Formats: sequence, structure tokens, C-alpha cells
Amino acid sequence: MLIALLSIFIVGLIAPGLYSVLREKTGWVLAILPFSVFIYFLTLFPAIADGEVITQSTDWVPLFDVTLSFYLDGLSMLFALLVTGIGTFIVLYGSGYLAGHEYIGRFFCTILLFMGSMLGVVLADNLITLFVFWELTSFTSYLLIGFSHDSAESRNSALQALLVTGIGGLALLAGLILMGYTAGTFEMSEILNSGDVLRESPLYLGILILILAGAFTKSAQFPFHFWLPGAMAAPTPVSAYLHSATMVKAGVYLLARVHPAMGDTDLWFYLVTGFGAATLLISAWLALCYTDMKQILAYTTVMVLATLTMLIGMGFPLAHQAAAVYILGHALYKASLFMVAGAIDHEAGTRDIAKLGGLRSLMPISAVAAALAALSMAGIAPFFGFIGKELLYEAALEAPMWSTLLISIAVLGNIAVVAAAGIVAIKPFYGPKVETPKHAHEAPLSMWIGPITLASLGVVFGSLPFLIDSSLIVPTASAIYGETLDFYLSLWHGINLPLILSVVTLLGGIAVYKIWTGLQSSTPAGLYSTTFHDGPKGGYQFLVDGMLSTAGWQTRVLQNGMLRYYVLTIVVTMAVAIGYTFMSRAGFAWNNELGSVELYEWTLFATIIASALIAVMVRSRLAIIVALGVIGFGLALIYLMYGAPDLAMTQVLVETLTVILVALVLVHMPPLKKSEAAGSKFRDAVIALTLGGIFTAMTLTAMTLPFDLFISEQFAEWSYPAAHGRNIVNVILVDFRALDTMGEVVVVAVAGLAVYALVKMNKKQSKNGGAES
Amino acid sequence: METLLAIIGGALFAAGIYMVLRRNLIKAVIGIILISNAVNVLFFNLGRLTKANPPLIWEGNTLPVSPFANPLPQALVLTAIVIGFGLLAFALVLAYRSYKELGTVDLDDMKMDPVEVSAEMRAEEEQVNQ
Repeated sequence: MLIALLSIFIVGLIAPGLYSVLREKTGWVLAILPFSVFIYFLTLFPAIADGEVITQSTDWVPLFDVTLSFYLDGLSMLFALLVTGIGTFIVLYGSGYLAGHEYIGRFFCTILLFMGSMLGVVLADNLITLFVFWELTSFTSYLLIGFSHDSAESRNSALQALLVTGIGGLALLAGLILMGYTAGTFEMSEILNSGDVLRESPLYLGILILILAGAFTKSAQFPFHFWLPGAMAAPTPVSAYLHSATMVKAGVYLLARVHPAMGDTDLWFYLVTGFGAATLLISAWLALCYTDMKQILAYTTVMVLATLTMLIGMGFPLAHQAAAVYILGHALYKASLFMVAGAIDHEAGTRDIAKLGGLRSLMPISAVAAALAALSMAGIAPFFGFIGKELLYEAALEAPMWSTLLISIAVLGNIAVVAAAGIVAIKPFYGPKVETPKHAHEAPLSMWIGPITLASLGVVFGSLPFLIDSSLIVPTASAIYGETLDFYLSLWHGINLPLILSVVTLLGGIAVYKIWTGLQSSTPAGLYSTTFHDGPKGGYQFLVDGMLSTAGWQTRVLQNGMLRYYVLTIVVTMAVAIGYTFMSRAGFAWNNELGSVELYEWTLFATIIASALIAVMVRSRLAIIVALGVIGFGLALIYLMYGAPDLAMTQVLVETLTVILVALVLVHMPPLKKSEAAGSKFRDAVIALTLGGIFTAMTLTAMTLPFDLFISEQFAEWSYPAAHGRNIVNVILVDFRALDTMGEVVVVAVAGLAVYALVKMNKKQSKNGGAES
Repeated sequence: METLLAIIGGALFAAGIYMVLRRNLIKAVIGIILISNAVNVLFFNLGRLTKANPPLIWEGNTLPVSPFANPLPQALVLTAIVIGFGLLAFALVLAYRSYKELGTVDLDDMKMDPVEVSAEMRAEEEQVNQ
């Protein structure tokens, strides 16, 4: 499994290179890869059908218990087959849809990386591995949604999707880590067996909310549903893939995956089913508010996701059976419908329903594919969607709580689905021919092979459900439920309540379809869509704008461009932090040895202090230069008195140079003027004196502590025998700490170069100035 | 003397900080000189003062005559003095250049709107190109 996964990533990375060699054949060649991975999973099929679970593990970061471990049971198998199977058609379809596009190589690269990430999510056993792949899907889908990066709408949608799913991802990470620590293991396969520990843990509520936040953002549940229709800015192959088999299904997958460990509580039922039902109701209406085929399909996706969430929330075998069937059925018809919508857009130049009609004779294969897929979507016998819908109704009727409410919502939702199916499949192809922006004709083979195959599978599985029920659906439902289930699927359940409800749904859907055009322009509809579509989206926008303006404000305050306020901030922070720590931890201490101070030392002290005062107070530049000189030479005298002739020598030299340099430069500078308010001078004086006080106090306190001369004595001892030097300070500089000294030399040299450059630049400038004058 | 030297360090540091906080660029540069002197004094002082012998080894000996001054802080301060001088030279010339370019040593007047600055830079570039 690791090899299968890695091969997708590797081929994805070299795909742009392949394109420059293979050109328009690239799609067909690249499609071999997901197809062979699909075949690989098919070979594992019998084992999974027998209820086995396959695990594989490779160490990744053993220190932190992160392993690249994979876990294949019915649920993973269903998703793996969908990801690779539909992925095969998407790659083909993309090569036709984007034929000749400037960035088609980039498309192949990102779609394969995305496929690999999604496969990683559904196969991962280790929680951290799961999270890494989860984030990779967010990231690659960002690239895919923003594929047309020159359009602002596309970039905004991509960013929106990334932020919403990314924030959800962070919540998920926190949830997964808590879950791992509570259960004592980071392997999903082991966590599934420790559900009781999790459910009884005091952290259960937190873990549940965090994980649900991750799943709901990814699966576009209310109030996060707005990003998914926004993601329609992506090229159609991407939308088809995102909606049918991947990305948004990751959230559903996660819910299904953790159900055995986290489900089976009232809280789970209320939260998961509740959010699912609410989203279903909202999106059912929103789906009918648009005329863009892709927008309509996007909201039907939200509806299906909501239905799945609702079903997983119910937490009993029949519901999970329905969920398993729904996942497969939806993937098949939604991928086909998106691909057909894209084909219409591609061939006819628009995908606005109001501008389409009568394409049947021009695009016969697409029309058939759309019809088959739409019939499955509408849940009409003998299509696979019918089985799913019957199971949904049965499950809703049997729900332990709120059964009447749930069945009503389910029926209402499905009425909208039927209507939407009619809108996207009947309206463009039947009725009077409408003039389209482009002269429509049938799409190329690469673009219709996918929809027709997938849509036909809907019929095959629907009429012959025994092909997949015990081998795929039963293991999937068992994995969601957490215990082995035994059931079979059939089309005909006799005349019962679900069947009657189906008929009601169908009739209701047809009625809604008939009055659809009138419906979308009515005022309450507009209000409703504003509240539930623009509301959450506005909230998102508000948060993003708020964050940006806060960041802007903060930057303007902190980075105000005034040097002395930067210094002031640093200095005050330093005074407070050091002063507080010093007084609270150490306290002032002092060895009074003032008695031994000689008179000439007092004199020196007084001179230096007075010079410092003069340097600060006077405005005469000459006086400042003199004061600086006195301070420097005074210090040199102190160094000389206390056994540091080298220091004194250096200080004298440097001080001389400093005074000359300062004098040279100051001559060319304007005189110092009185320019500042007394208030700010006083404030700065207080701050400066406080810091100076802390400085002195800390020095004095440090001097009372025992002193360790070990290093100094070692240096003195080694100086002659080891380095043949009689001046210990010199030996330290050029031998023991030679590297340090070399760094210093480099710094001084660089400073010298910079000074030279600045002065030289000046000369050139003045030449120019001279020429002008 | 340690006490006096500690006070000298604190006084130089306070004077330096006060000068760095001024609006005038020249004063800020002078502040930098004062602060580096203050830090040198701190290091020298913390290594303990010894009036006796410098850390030198006389002809014929292999060890300096005890008690001798602590050589380690001296080495560190020596490095610091030279580095401080490099910094000072650079800061001074930079201040000088800023004055020549902008015609002011007032830090507040130097602050320009980024848009203005880039417009000016563009204009200058054009001038050079011509």
C-alpha cells in the first residue's frame, strides 16, 4: 500500500515533465497509474469481502510514535476504490477538458498529488499520518481550486476553502492528539477497540467537538457549507473529483471511521444527526436558488453530505447500511453529472441552465450519461440511488428519536434532489434548442468515457445489487458500525411505507421542477438564501477582514518608524523585566569597600561622572567631543591602574581615533538645536536613570557572589608552555580564542568597507551636485 | 574602587540610554559610544579589580607573578573596544550620509511615508538613467 501511495506522489511530481514529452497523450498514459492502483485494490478485494482487515506498517518518526501505518477494511476499501477508480476517469477527462491549456502539466501534477493525499487519508491507521494526509488534501485542493490563478474569484475561493478546512484541520489535530492520549495509542485500529475508554473519559466532549469541527468544515456542513459552492471556481474535472469521491467525503469518512470509538452516545446523535439534518434542509433550498449547473450540483453535494452525516449520526446498523450505499451511489452519479456539466460548458460555452436546451441531438452520449446519472440521483428504480433512498427512509423511520422529524427532512431533501436532477439532466438536453455561445457538438472520447461508465455502473449495481452487497457494502457498513453485520441489498422490498414515500418524493420533485423557474425569483426565496448563504459567508469575510485590519493596526502601532520609540519599548521592557526579576529573586547586596578608595580615585570618578553629565546636557558640539575624550581617557587610566596595560593602550588608541572621527564628522553636521519638549526629556531621564540604577545595583550585587577564577588561571598556566606567549591577554586573543578574534577582524573589516563605500558614494553624489550647480 | 566603577558604569549607561532616546541622530550616535564604554567597564569590573601585577610572564618564568590581574575579562573587553569602534565608525558615517541625503538630523523629520520614499527613489533612478 505504501508503494501504491508513493508511486502516485512520485508520478505526480514528474507529471509536468512527462507532459512536455508526451503532449496530448499524457492523460491516457497517466491514467494507467490510478487504474493500476485500482486493480491492486481489487486484488485485495476477496480478503476484505471475507471480513478480513489488512494492516501494513513502516516506521516514520519512531521517537514520537508516528508510523506510516495503513489499515484496509471495508470502509477504506470502498473509498480507495472510489478515489482511484474515479481518479482514473478524472485524469482522462482533465486531459480532454484542459487540452491545450497553458498549465495542463501543473494540473496533472496537483490532481495526482491530491489523489495520493486522499488515498492516504482513507488508508491511514496512525492518527498523525491521517492528519498529515488530511492537511495535504486541504493544501492540494487549494492549488486545484485556485488553478485559474489569474482570476480574483478563483483565488478568493481557494483561500476561503483553505482557511475554512485549515482551521478545521487544526481543531482536528487537537482532537486526534487528545484522542490518542486518552486511548493510549495512536493507531486507529487499536483505538476502535477502546471506545469505552474514550466514551467514559472526561475529555470525551472536547474530543468529540474538535473532531466534529474538523469533519464538518471538510464536509461543508452548516455553517461551513459556503466554501464548497465557492470552490466551483475550480476547473470542472477538479469539482467532479472533489465532490464525488474525495475532499468533502474525507469528513464523512472520518465520521464513519471514528463512529465505533466515539459514537453510540446521545451527544453524538444530537450533534451529528442534528447538524446533518439542519444542513440538509438549508442546502435543499439553496440548491434550487441557482441556474448555474455547477452551483446546483454543488448544493446537491452538500445535501448528500448532510444526509450521510445524518445517517452516521443515527448509529444503528440500518442507517450505516444506508450510508454505505449512499456513498457509492453518490460518487457514481455525482462524478458523471459534473463531468457532463463540464462537457456542456466546454462544448456549448455556458453552463447556465437558462441559456441551455435541446442539446440531446448534438451531444447524444453526454445526454445518455446525464439521464442515467440523474435517474440514479433522483432515486428511481432500478438505479442504485433507489436502493440508497429506500434504505435512508427505512433508517429514518426506525430512528430511535425524532423519527417523524427526520423522515420529513429526508423526504423534503430528496424532493429537492429530484428537482435538481431534473434541472441538470432534462433542461439542457430536451425541449426547444437554445442558441449557445459556442456551436455545440459531442465532447471527445476522453470526456465522455468517464460519465457514461460511471453512470452505467449505477444501473448495473442497482439492478444487480448482489454484485457488490456482500463483498463491498456489508464490510463497509460493518466498519462504520464497528461490528460485523449481515444483510443483503435488494431493489424490491414490497409495498411499504418507504416505497410510498418514494412515490411522494418523486411526484413532489416533479412538481418542484415544474414550478422551479417561478420559485427562484420569489422574495422569500431571496431572503432565505441571503440568510443562509450570505450569512455564514459574511461571517467568514468579517473574520478575515477583522484579522487583517487588526494586524494592520498592530503593525502601525509597533512598527511606527520612529527609532526612539523602538528603543523606548526595548528599554522599558528591559527595565521592567530585569528590574522585577532582580528585586524579586535576588535583592540588592553590597560590599562596602569605599574606605580603601584613594583620593586620586575619587578625583577620577568625579571627573568621569561630570563628563558624562556634560556630554548629556550641553549643546556645544566641541564640548561634547571633549567630554567624550575625557571619559575615554579616564577609563584608560583606570584600566592602567588595575593591571591592564593592553586595555589601556587599546583604549587610548581607539579613543584618539574616536575623537578625531567624531570631530571630523560633526564639523560637517548642523549644530545641535534645542528641539525637544521638557516633558519627553524628563520621561527619558527617569527611564535612563532607572536603568542606570539597575545596572549599578546588579553589578554591586554580582560582586558579592563568590568568584571562580578557574578559566583565567588555566589560561595563565597554559600561556607560556602551550602557546609560548608571555602576554596572557594576547595569547588568549590570538591562540585560545583565535576564532573569536578572526570573527572580530572580519566585522571590523566589513565595517571599514561599509564606511569606505558610504564615503565614496558621497563623492560621486557631490560631483553630480557640482555639475548641476 | 569596585563600587565607584559600578557607579561609573551605571552613569555612563544612563547617559547613553538618554542620548539614544533623543530625536537628534548625532546624539543617538554619541549615546552608542557611551553605552559601549559602560559595558566595557561592567566586564572589567566583574572580573574583579587587582592593583598588583598585569597578566604578564617575566623572562625566565613560566607563570605570572601572583597576584596578577584577571586576563580573561581584559581579552573580552579588548575585543569589545575594537568592535565598538567599528560600530561607531559605521554609525557615524551612516548618520553623515543620512544628513547629506535627507538634509536633516532629526529622526522624526527623516520618517517619510513609504509611498513618498519609493516615489522619490523612482525619480532618482530616472535621473540616473537619463
